[in-house]
Amino acid sequence: MGTTPESKQADTVAEESSAPEEKVAAGKPAAPRKVRGRVLINEERCKGCGLCITFCPSHVLERAMKFNAKGYHPPEATHPDDCTGCDICGYFCPDFAIFGVRITDKEPGKDEKKS
Amino acid sequence: MTAEVMKHPAETLLRMDRMPHIWCPGCGIGTSLNCFTRALIESKLDLNKVAIVSGIGCTGRVAGYLKLDSFHTTHGRPIPFATGLKLGNPDLKVIVYSGDGDLIAIGGNHFIHAARRNMDLTIICINNFNYAMTGGQVASTTPLGALATTAPYGNFEPPFNLPYLAETCGATYVARWTTFHVRQLARAYAEALTKKGFVFLEVLSPCPELYGRRNRLGAVVDMTKYFKEKSVVRHDAPTREVGIEFQGPLVVGKFVDRPRPTFLEAMSEQMRAKLGEKFVPLTTGS
Amino acid sequence: MIADARGVLTGAHFLSGNEACCEGALAAGCRFVAGYPITPSTDIVERIAERFPTLGGTFIQMEDEIASSIAILGAAWAGQKAMTVTSGPGFSLMMEHIGLAAITETPCVFINVQRGGPSTGLPTLPGQADLMQARWGSHGDYEIIALSPNSPQECFEMTIEAFNLSEKYRTPVMLMSDECVGHMTEKVVIPPAAELNVQPRRYTTLPPDQYLPYRGEADLVPPMVKAGDGYRIHITGLTHDERGYPVINAECQEQLVRRLVEKIRRNSDDIVSYEEYMTEDCEIALVSFGITSRVAFRAMELARAEGLRVGLVRLRVIWPFPEKKIREIAGRVRSFVVAEMNLGQIVYEVERCSAGRAKTLLASHAGGTVHSPQQILGVLREAAR
Repeated sequence: MGTTPESKQADTVAEESSAPEEKVAAGKPAAPRKVRGRVLINEERCKGCGLCITFCPSHVLERAMKFNAKGYHPPEATHPDDCTGCDICGYFCPDFAIFGVRITDKEPGKDEKKS
Repeated sequence: MTAEVMKHPAETLLRMDRMPHIWCPGCGIGTSLNCFTRALIESKLDLNKVAIVSGIGCTGRVAGYLKLDSFHTTHGRPIPFATGLKLGNPDLKVIVYSGDGDLIAIGGNHFIHAARRNMDLTIICINNFNYAMTGGQVASTTPLGALATTAPYGNFEPPFNLPYLAETCGATYVARWTTFHVRQLARAYAEALTKKGFVFLEVLSPCPELYGRRNRLGAVVDMTKYFKEKSVVRHDAPTREVGIEFQGPLVVGKFVDRPRPTFLEAMSEQMRAKLGEKFVPLTTGS
Repeated sequence: MIADARGVLTGAHFLSGNEACCEGALAAGCRFVAGYPITPSTDIVERIAERFPTLGGTFIQMEDEIASSIAILGAAWAGQKAMTVTSGPGFSLMMEHIGLAAITETPCVFINVQRGGPSTGLPTLPGQADLMQARWGSHGDYEIIALSPNSPQECFEMTIEAFNLSEKYRTPVMLMSDECVGHMTEKVVIPPAAELNVQPRRYTTLPPDQYLPYRGEADLVPPMVKAGDGYRIHITGLTHDERGYPVINAECQEQLVRRLVEKIRRNSDDIVSYEEYMTEDCEIALVSFGITSRVAFRAMELARAEGLRVGLVRLRVIWPFPEKKIREIAGRVRSFVVAEMNLGQIVYEVERCSAGRAKTLLASHAGGTVHSPQQILGVLREAAR
């Protein structure tokens, strides 16, 4: 995040997400697995601020054409395969309308339970 | 999607029966609360012993949305209320969550004395550079030259540099982040919660509808991009150097981490020294 | 419930009213005081600062009266019996938090050792001019309980009463002392703890998922709770529903504020307290309270010696005002004389309750010293004409 150099502390923070059970298997002799995730959106809560869309590091989201009952355009995952489940969207959202989860390789296609 | 899967991680600590909250679309208070609940949920704290105290203002509404023992007090006075709460039951973890206007202007006297005494309180100050709840008036943190409803020709009063003020008054832990730095902010909350004494965390926050619109700073995404582009992380920066100019550079990071005896520790030590066995600490419980 | 013996200074003592207030607070179980120095009340907190650390109490001198008046609310919600002490100028600063205590229904005690006012006035001399302020000082609709001691012995007893009433009705209670009573020294007999009646906090017995912090019981008083017990309460100064959640509309306002006011009004028979002397056959009813009531008693004796049939109603509780008693007397006397160390405050309550049936005269005094008996006698004679 940011174009200026950041401290080590900040760098390590970016790796720790709210789904600590599944970490990037970096450093293993085998080819590193791509971290995969998916984003869950509560469209009716969204107030269209756009923070998730702008700050998703993987550019998964775009503003949807449809709108919710309040008249806001929620995000939609137009590049869902790029989602890493980092949950940055889930941290930004002022309305608790979106969050990301990691998809575990142990159980392909199934979502992790969130607390 | 099943309802269970749809639960945002912060929800377990929120009064969902009071949602949606009152804050504007994109309001940084919402983001700060989001990061705060994550830190709380993942902390080792007994949440039954955590109490939130807030004052009046947009940020003051935070107390009403957290599913903790929460106290929405009068304007400027969460700190003395929190003082009474903490001294009344030292086992409580007491967190003050309020805005810059509430804590520093009308609440200024209480702020400096609680810091001086090193009262064991965690102070979360959401700084959005104006009085938002009442429509965007000038605040003691409004940068020079910025517009506000009560400074329609531009603010000419130099603002406070809050980390400097906090450190000068005796805060033992001082940090500043913005609502852009969501991960660092969550970490800062988590770390602040482990510290004893007067802990001060300033969170720079966008107020898109008032401060932002009046000063033509764009939408919340633009205001947050400003935080991203102009922030410089300088841990241990001298706090006198971290003042904020209008749309200028923002120094963020952890500036002070210097424990010293808390009010209760100092009191107990003094009393024991003078009274010996005769000193009886406060009894808690009904 | 009997008092905690450790806080009861049993015995016969020679104490000032202010010192007796400290002992009363300790006997009542108060273990948190937040205060700020202000003449003529400071000696209360000075004694508290000395006594509390040996009895498991915490005293903190806050940075101002605004802080003191809300710190006691915080301590109350932590489970403590809490008190603050002040005089006129500090009392004015505390008004906002008296309102907060009223709407949040926080049990706590405010002692005002009244001095000459307005403003800085007469810091070292008595006054009784804060009574209307005690009743109406904060904004909005609320009822208050205020007691008026007239001796150091009563300072001791009424401080306990003040705490008891605050716990019983989950409301802030004022002890309206004055510099004269506060600084006079008299014999104060403090009984053994077993003989003292102390009202414990009325905590709920319901579990968290059933408890509502603002649902009144039959007496309109909601049981209390404290932070840290898992109830996850929300307490706000905004108008709120039974859950404590802010609800900003007229219906909620009607429900809440009317219950707050009725809580005191409907229970006023239990709260009201006064003493009567020779009122069975009196033609002139002398009404007084606090230090002035001691002079009034003398004036009554002098009047009787002159053949004037004067009786004295000495108010122990000023608010809620003893409307029933005054109305009853108004029906059978020619006039009231209200003796108070101000230029007219409680006289208006008496006049209101009299509703024109009996003349109401005022024996006023701007403050700074007590009336002389002759001053009050003069007004009694006028009332007899």
